[in-house]
Amino acid sequence: MTGLLEGKRVLVTGVLTEASIAFSVARIAQEQGASVVLTGFGRGLSLTRRIARRLPTEPPVVELDVTDEEHLAELSAKVLEHVDGLDGVMHAIGFAPESVLGGKPFVEAAWSEVGTALQVSTWSLASLTRATMPLFGERASIVGLDFDASVAWPSYDWMGVAKAGLASAARYLARDLGPSGVRVNLVAAGPLRTMAAKSIPGFSKFEEVWGTRAPLGWDIADTTPAARACVALLSDWFPATTGEIVHVDGGFHAVGA
Amino acid sequence: MSQTDILAGLAAILEEVAGVDPADVTADKTFIDDLDVDSLSMVEVVVAAEEKFGVKIPDEDVKTLKTVGDAVSYIQRAGVAA
Repeated sequence: MTGLLEGKRVLVTGVLTEASIAFSVARIAQEQGASVVLTGFGRGLSLTRRIARRLPTEPPVVELDVTDEEHLAELSAKVLEHVDGLDGVMHAIGFAPESVLGGKPFVEAAWSEVGTALQVSTWSLASLTRATMPLFGERASIVGLDFDASVAWPSYDWMGVAKAGLASAARYLARDLGPSGVRVNLVAAGPLRTMAAKSIPGFSKFEEVWGTRAPLGWDIADTTPAARACVALLSDWFPATTGEIVHVDGGFHAVGA
Repeated sequence: MSQTDILAGLAAILEEVAGVDPADVTADKTFIDDLDVDSLSMVEVVVAAEEKFGVKIPDEDVKTLKTVGDAVSYIQRAGVAA
């Protein structure tokens, strides 16, 4: 049997440690036959390069700060040094200053800090799409990572607002890029103990309720279920799905208590 | 591997990853307060140490490694076990 992503070329952002959701996406994508290119950012770039060596096949790593127009402009040329086009893009990028992640009252957040969160976590889905579109063929799939933004969570604060925006941005991109054969979908994972999660002060509050309330249970240390969903959405097995949010949360979102 | 060798190896990693002066790296120094190693750099130090010394340092153990000496002893024990 051939892999789900046999012959596909996939750009994966957001691989920082082995606990990163994107690390599992890259691993499973390779296991399913994809050629993977990673991007790394700023001070984390050298860490991404080290972690890349722990994947089944060491992928190339290109530098990309999604807020840097020069990086965005150079991205397609840098990717083309390694693959001859792209069939999929994994957006696993988010950041919010601690002050707007429960560090101070929600209402007191400064625009400069909120702006950073929205630029990196929300707008970047559009900027990354713009930078990679020239590499797409007749069909391509873009997948991003959501955290259910339909309700307010402890500590998540302006990151929650950024995720609500991300879901909206994904729908608008789906609308505009559908005619070009590009699908844009999100995976709303339950809480996972990644570097990103560790920077959320009240993260343990999510952990406590999730496992007991989710009908299927939930393992905060296992990124494989979320990553498999990402790989499935990157594959040809969701050919008529776009602007969608797939919940990979043990069913937590479906139950009230 | 001797404690001295591990200490020297860690000092080299700390210099490469976090720009710490190797002369400052002694057993009694704490990573965070004394050597100014932040959480992102600490993750990279751990990954680099795993590669260099051929050991595995799980997250829950990383939290217990406050000083350079803690890390040296941990790596020595883990190396023997491996």
